[in-house]
Amino acid sequence: MRVIGSLATGLVIAVLLSLLLGSVPLPIDRVLAALAWQASDGDQLVVWQIRLPRALAAAVVGAALGMSGAALQGLLRNPLAEPGILGVSATAALFATFVLYFGLATAGPFVLPIAAVAGALLATLLVAAAALRNQSVVTLILIGVGLSSFSAALMALLMNLAPNPFSLADMVNWMLGTVANRSLDDLAFATPFMLVGIAILLATSRGLSALALGEETAEGLGLNLKTQRLGVIVGAGLSTGAAVALAGSIGFVGIVAPHLVRPFVRYDPARLLIPSAILGALLLVLADIGVRLLPTDNELKLGVVASLIGAPIFIWIASRRRLA
Amino acid sequence: MSLLEAKNLSYSVDGKPLVADASFALEPGSLTMLVGPNGAGKTTLLRLALGLLKPDTGSSSLDGMDLSNMSPPQRARKIAYLPQQRPLVWPQPVHDIIALGRFAYGAAPSRLSDDDSAAVSRAIAACNLEGFEERPADTLSGGELSRVHLARALAAESPLLVADEPVAALDPRHQHEALKIFASAATSGRALLTVIHDLSLAARYADRIIWMRDGRIVDDGTPVDTMTPEALRAVFGIEARVEKTADGGLALEIVGPT
Repeated sequence: MRVIGSLATGLVIAVLLSLLLGSVPLPIDRVLAALAWQASDGDQLVVWQIRLPRALAAAVVGAALGMSGAALQGLLRNPLAEPGILGVSATAALFATFVLYFGLATAGPFVLPIAAVAGALLATLLVAAAALRNQSVVTLILIGVGLSSFSAALMALLMNLAPNPFSLADMVNWMLGTVANRSLDDLAFATPFMLVGIAILLATSRGLSALALGEETAEGLGLNLKTQRLGVIVGAGLSTGAAVALAGSIGFVGIVAPHLVRPFVRYDPARLLIPSAILGALLLVLADIGVRLLPTDNELKLGVVASLIGAPIFIWIASRRRLA
Repeated sequence: MSLLEAKNLSYSVDGKPLVADASFALEPGSLTMLVGPNGAGKTTLLRLALGLLKPDTGSSSLDGMDLSNMSPPQRARKIAYLPQQRPLVWPQPVHDIIALGRFAYGAAPSRLSDDDSAAVSRAIAACNLEGFEERPADTLSGGELSRVHLARALAAESPLLVADEPVAALDPRHQHEALKIFASAATSGRALLTVIHDLSLAARYADRIIWMRDGRIVDDGTPVDTMTPEALRAVFGIEARVEKTADGGLALEIVGPT
């Protein structure tokens, strides 16, 4: 509980910090006044329409990815499992790009999230089916890499065929991942999927504890394996898909957050879920602050920064695994 | 009425029978050991009898109720199962691993009722694991880890305990200690079924031995009645001398393969 408390405090502070940042300088008293609807229209517009949606988007995306990573790692019994590594994010991004490419996204606000969620569910199902048939950790990662590459190839194909530079720029945004220019509406259309996914994942948490002893023992302990697998797959698919719908493909949050939290929850896969979600949120909000502070001509994309930090950590975790 | 009754269980994969027409019943208060050469179908028979594997034909019932009609937690409150493969992925503390033995009662390592905690403590004491409670699993020796898994299974305090080669990784002293725990659990009214490869240990501790070969149960009875040089030759392909000892037990000396 102490872990959750400190992480949550950190998250609130990070979100407040991120509200202070932007092209218009706003001191903290004006930001707080705007949050309380007590400031000028201009200030309120900046805080409520631009900065808060961006900070909240980073937070919910980080939370969804952090918890999905923790749950997938528990199910597949592998600390390297993660929506990004397993190709789930890439497939969701591909599906999202696909509806954008054919202009289907204009049909309604839920089309994009639904497409991304469908892609994520499909990929999670494929990977989990392969992983559970063949217990090898290496195979699992390789299948994920294969799926990622295939989705990337199809994405490249779409870009290759892109009718104009504008759709090309749109697609690049999806691939690189960003929470810039998100509106409260975007949030409102993606978060319901995320909340359902997170609720399902939380319901599977006790089963994840049992799976720490292996599938055969878990079954012997009275766990319904089929329900458990389905729950994690659907939960992680919904959350990851919604995260991609909101921010594009952002990797490595789902691997870094659970890894850092694990020693503080006695390595219990059940107790890992909530703090991983909060830490995932905190990491992405901080990364998004970093993106805005770095003095580059073009603002760096959030997904790029996440990968720059996350990929070396992934390698580090992979090289330091203790139990087979 | 028997606690567990397996009737005519058969199971085959790709036309190759792994278990054929196997029947047995387990009574409370007895330690039964399942022996047979590698590949005889012992593990498959255990899984079929426990309802973890669906038999092609035959059925298994617990307290007179068909196992296939029981929910997993319902079954797990009656049977604790210790499989042969016990892979761990996370370096969890010993206490938390043993606490998972209470899973069927709605417990989790972070959420143990007073009953659960008491059962976990009894299991820790029975397996000589006091002082190891906070040790991470990856710092334990193979034998210590085996005792942790055994304690996990004991913590369920279920009427039936089924274990697949529970003493394989243990040194002689801990083998005997583990089997003494099994024997005393049987004395206190529980039923135990365990696969074992060490025939001397089987002769010493089993109330009853079920012999398996090529997927079939070929004999079933007390060690004194069934452990004969002929049986050892037929089932295992070994030459052995078997002698009754003064205290009514058996002394077994394996000479070599036939």
